Amino acid sequence: MKYSYYPGCTLRTKAKDLDTYARKSAEVLGFELEEIENWQCCGGVYPLSSDEIATKLSSVRALNEAKVKGQQLVTLCSACYHVLKRVNDDMQNVEDIRVKANNYMKLDEPYEGETQVLHFLEVLRDTIGFDELKKKVVKPLTGKKIGAYYGCLLLRPGEILGFDNPENPTIIEDFIRALGAEPVIYPYRNECCGGYISLKAKDLSAKMCDNIMDSASGFGADMLITACPLCQYNLTKNSKATVPVYYFTEILAEALGVKGEEE
Amino acid sequence: MSTANSKTAAAKIAEISGTNPLKCMKCGKCSASCPAFEKMDIKPHQFVSYVVNEDIEALAKSESLWYCLSCFACVERCPRDVKPGKIVDAARQTVVRQKGGNYLSANEIPALIDDDVPQQLLVSAFRKFRR
Repeated sequence: MKYSYYPGCTLRTKAKDLDTYARKSAEVLGFELEEIENWQCCGGVYPLSSDEIATKLSSVRALNEAKVKGQQLVTLCSACYHVLKRVNDDMQNVEDIRVKANNYMKLDEPYEGETQVLHFLEVLRDTIGFDELKKKVVKPLTGKKIGAYYGCLLLRPGEILGFDNPENPTIIEDFIRALGAEPVIYPYRNECCGGYISLKAKDLSAKMCDNIMDSASGFGADMLITACPLCQYNLTKNSKATVPVYYFTEILAEALGVKGEEE
Repeated sequence: MSTANSKTAAAKIAEISGTNPLKCMKCGKCSASCPAFEKMDIKPHQFVSYVVNEDIEALAKSESLWYCLSCFACVERCPRDVKPGKIVDAARQTVVRQKGGNYLSANEIPALIDDDVPQQLLVSAFRKFRR
């Protein structure tokens, strides 16, 4: 099984672990992430205003690349997933945006939202299956208590992203169980870490991150996992707490026995 | 205060936010959900009233524009589909699209970052805080 893959800006730089461990794991699980050519940054945030067109074009290019190859488009970064999926929804359902974007792009065939955008976790859940994943685990993470940190971008708005129940998600907990560890459910798992606010208002992000970390450790988590480089940064750098925060792909690679390879 | 200009600006905000502020029933769920509530001088549920009353000058000066995180908690939880976060973002857009309206300058960046800052943080902040 081959997927088009959109790594995004941060997975090529500060979040190489998120990318590297995903590729290694995919190999073991029998699917391939084929990086699309000449991808451009998604912009990190979805442009909310209905008259924003130019800021959505990098996403449309990526989506169309996958369409031309006839593949589903997989992402790992929560922000890329959020932006690509919402732009795709615009291209499917908002005529004004679809027409203007296509007028600008002048593609051989207009892009109308045909590509299916998937998060890597959705591939694990819906295509591989967590039961199958469990069978491939060679080094179960037995005894580890892991908190899933969802944050905002994977979940909301639920009606467009359709990733999981936005108020009571289960996908990352099921993932943690498949790896042999124990998921810790804590109230702040879908609360915001502050996102881009940490550039100019670190104090606000710090307070939010402390709340998240205290909530997780109070419920007994030894570590948190995330899919978002900015969540990882904020939780690690802006919180007084010392609970370690890993990318979900790192513990996946560890459980599949491919973490130490080529290092 | 409602003027011809503020009428146009209010209509623009309503238009590009894609929401209908008149549907708001002031339940306050948005403000109760907002993680940046205490930093906001105009609270999320009040944003809606400012647009309805066409008091755009006050909105444009509001610190709240720069504290909204676009976390979509209010968007997800609004029972009337008003989605205050989209109104805040539309108001922010009308400010940064004006000459001199940027909230972040490239010259500020070196003093604000450390070696671990992910690119995602910078591109997101640039998208939200300037044109």
